[in-house]
Amino acid sequence: MTQDDYIIQAENLHKTYRMGATRVPVLKGVNLAVRPGEFVAIIGASGSGKSTLMHILGALDRPDMGVVRFMGRDLSGFGPGELNRFRNRQVGFVFQFYHLLDELNVMENVYLPTMASTGLLGWLRRRCWARGRATELLVSMGLGERLRHKPYQLSGGERQRVAICRALMNEPAVVLADEPTGNLDSATGNGILEILEKLNRAGQTVVMVTHDDRIAARAGRVITLADGKMI
Amino acid sequence: MYRWLLASRYLLKRRITWFAVLAVMLCVFIVVVVMTVLTGLVRDFTAKNHEFVGDVVVGTESLVGFAYYEGFLERLGQADFVAATSPVVKSYALISPADSDRNIGVEVMGIDLALHCRVTGFAATLHYHAGDWPRAFEPAGAPDLPGCILGIDLALDRDRYGRYNFGPSIPRISLAVTCFPLTARGALALAGTSVATTKTFHYSDTSQSGLARVDSAMIYLPIEPLQAMSGMDGPTKRITAIHVKLADGVKVPVGREKIAALWDRYKAENAQQPQAHLLETVRVQGWKENRRSFIAAMEKEQTMMTALFGLVGITAVFIVFVVFYMIISNKTRDIGVLKSVGVSSLNVVRLFMGFAFCVGAIGSLLGMAGGLLFLRRANQIEGWLFEHFGFQIWDRSLYVIGDIPNQAEPRMLVVIAAMAVLACLAGALIPSGRAARLRPVDTLTVARL
Ligand SMILES: Nc1ncnc2c1ncn2[C@@H]1O[C@H](COP(=O)(O)OP(=O)(O)O)[C@@H](O)[C@H]1O
Ligand SMILES: [Mg+2]
Repeated sequence: MTQDDYIIQAENLHKTYRMGATRVPVLKGVNLAVRPGEFVAIIGASGSGKSTLMHILGALDRPDMGVVRFMGRDLSGFGPGELNRFRNRQVGFVFQFYHLLDELNVMENVYLPTMASTGLLGWLRRRCWARGRATELLVSMGLGERLRHKPYQLSGGERQRVAICRALMNEPAVVLADEPTGNLDSATGNGILEILEKLNRAGQTVVMVTHDDRIAARAGRVITLADGKMI
Repeated sequence: MYRWLLASRYLLKRRITWFAVLAVMLCVFIVVVVMTVLTGLVRDFTAKNHEFVGDVVVGTESLVGFAYYEGFLERLGQADFVAATSPVVKSYALISPADSDRNIGVEVMGIDLALHCRVTGFAATLHYHAGDWPRAFEPAGAPDLPGCILGIDLALDRDRYGRYNFGPSIPRISLAVTCFPLTARGALALAGTSVATTKTFHYSDTSQSGLARVDSAMIYLPIEPLQAMSGMDGPTKRITAIHVKLADGVKVPVGREKIAALWDRYKAENAQQPQAHLLETVRVQGWKENRRSFIAAMEKEQTMMTALFGLVGITAVFIVFVVFYMIISNKTRDIGVLKSVGVSSLNVVRLFMGFAFCVGAIGSLLGMAGGLLFLRRANQIEGWLFEHFGFQIWDRSLYVIGDIPNQAEPRMLVVIAAMAVLACLAGALIPSGRAARLRPVDTLTVARL
C-alpha cells in the first residue's frame, strides 16, 4: 500500500501548549493512517489530546512537528487559499457542541459551506442546487419539517443532526466528528451513531472521537490515544 | 453571499446594533441641521454683501477720496464687460434730530440714486418707496426738500418677532447732518467760520440691507450735497469709490482683472495731474474682497463650527467601535465556525465591514431624513416654541434673521453621509481585524470554559 491510498495520514505529530511558563505536551509523536471508506474511532481519556489531534487533521490547527498528508499531499505545503478550500470541500467537521449559527435557520446552517465557497453570482447559480441538497440531507435525517426553524428551537440530538448535514453538504472526503454524542443522552447518542454508521456503509470515510468504549466498539477500527501516543 | 446574509441577520437580530444605528443617526441629524442652518446663514450674509456693493469696487479707504473719476467713469461706460457704474462718497457725520442737542455719529454714503440702484440691490432695501425708488430722496409731502434715507435700525425699533414698527406713512423728521470737510491734502478745510458744515435733510425712507453693521450705522444722501459738505466739490471733484456692475456672464475675478488693467492705464495717463497722488490710494476689488473683513468673520465661525462637529463624528466612530467590539466578542464562536467551513480571514473582515457599512448607511439615511424633515419644519417649530414658551433661537430684536435657513445642499448631504459611513467602517476596522486573526480552535474549544 502506498501513501496515496490513504485519505489522511499523520506521521509523528507533536503538539505542545504553552500556558505562561509551563509547557503542556499533548501530542508526543502520533501516527495515524485512514483509508477511504474506513470508520475509525479514537478513544482516550478526557484531556488526552483527542480534540487537538482532530483539529490538526482538519487543518484548524498546526502541529509543532510532524506531517499530515491528505491524499498524499502535505498540508503544511498548502497556501491560505488552498487550506480554506480544503476545510470547505474535503473535511466535514462535527463538533461536540454542534456550533450552529444562531441567526441562521436550519436550512441556511446546512448550506453555509456552499455559500461560503461561492460569490454572489455563483450563489445565484447554485442556490437551487444547494437548497435541494440541503433539503434532501435534512429529510434523510428526519428533519424535513424543521427547515425554517432556528437552532434554539431544536433539541440537542436534532441540532447534532443538522450539524452532520452541514458537514456533509459539500460531499467531503472525510467526516471528522469530535465527540458527536458527548453532549447527548445515550438513546439520542445512539441515533447519531446510527447515522454515522449508515453514512459509512454508503462509503463515507468517518473519523470519530469518543471516550466511551461501547460507542467505539461499533466503529470499524478503534485507536486509543494515551500519554500523547497511539497504543 | 453568506456575508450579506449574516450581516443583515446580525443587524436585525441584535438590539445593540440598533444603538449603533441610532448613534449614527443622531450624529448625522445634528450635523445636517447645524450645517444647513450655518451654510444658509453664511450664504445669505454673503449674498447681501454682494447686493450691497455690486460686483467690483474701485475705491479708496481714505476719507479724502480721489479725483479725476469722471474720466474713468467714461472709460468704464465704454467697456463692454461693464453693465453699470455708480460713483459713491463715503464719509462720517454727526446727525441730530431737529431742535435737539443730542447727536450720534454715523457713516454717511452719498449716492446717485439712479446709478446706484442699477449697480446694487439698493432699490430693494427701501420701504416706503418700494417699487418707486427714483423718488426715494423725496420726503413725503415736500418733494423739493433735500431727503435722506436712514439705515433701518437708526430709524426704527424691532419687536420680538423681528418686525419693524413702520408707521402708515413717513413721519416728518428733519435731521441736521454735520460733516467735516477735508482738503485734497487731507487737512480740515475751513468752511466759513467753522471746521464743520451742517445741512438739514428730511427723512424720506429707510434702507434695510440685512447687514446689521450697515443698517445700524449708515445714512444715505444724494451725492452732490455730500460732496459739498465733505470738501469734495469744487473745480476738481472727488469721490471715494466707484461701484461697478459687470455685464451678464462676466465672472467677477475676470471683470475685476480687466477693470484693474483699465485703472492702471488711466492712473498712468493722469500721473501729471496736481492731485495724482490720490489715485495711488485706490484699489480695484471684487465684492468679496471689498467686504472681506465682514465675510471672513462669518466664515471663520462656520469653519469653527464645522471643526466642532467633526468632533461629533469622532464620537460616532467611538460608539461604533464599542458596539462592534461587543458584537464581535459575542460572535467569536461564529467566526470559528465560519473559518472551520473554509471562510478566509479576509472574508471575515469583509463580513463585519459589510455589517458596519449597513449600520452607517441605514443610520445616515434615517438621520438625513430626520434632519430634512426637521429643517422643513424648523421655522414652524421655532414659531411654535416662541408662541407657547417665548423661546427664540435667535432673538429677532437683536439679529437680522428672517427665517431660519433650511435649504440643504445635496452635495453637503452626500459628503455627510459618506463621512458617516466612513466613520462606521473606521470604527469597525480594529474589531474586525481582531476577529479575522482569531484562530478557529481557540473559539471552538468549549472545554476550557
Ligand atoms: N489552546 C490551548 N491552550 C492550552 N492548553 C490547551 C489548549 N487546548 C487544549 N489544551 C490542553 O491540552 C490537553 C488536551 O486537550 P484536548 O485535545 O481538548 O483533549 P480531549 O479532547 O482529549 O479531551 C488538555 O489538557 C487541555 O487543557
Ligand atoms: Mg475534546
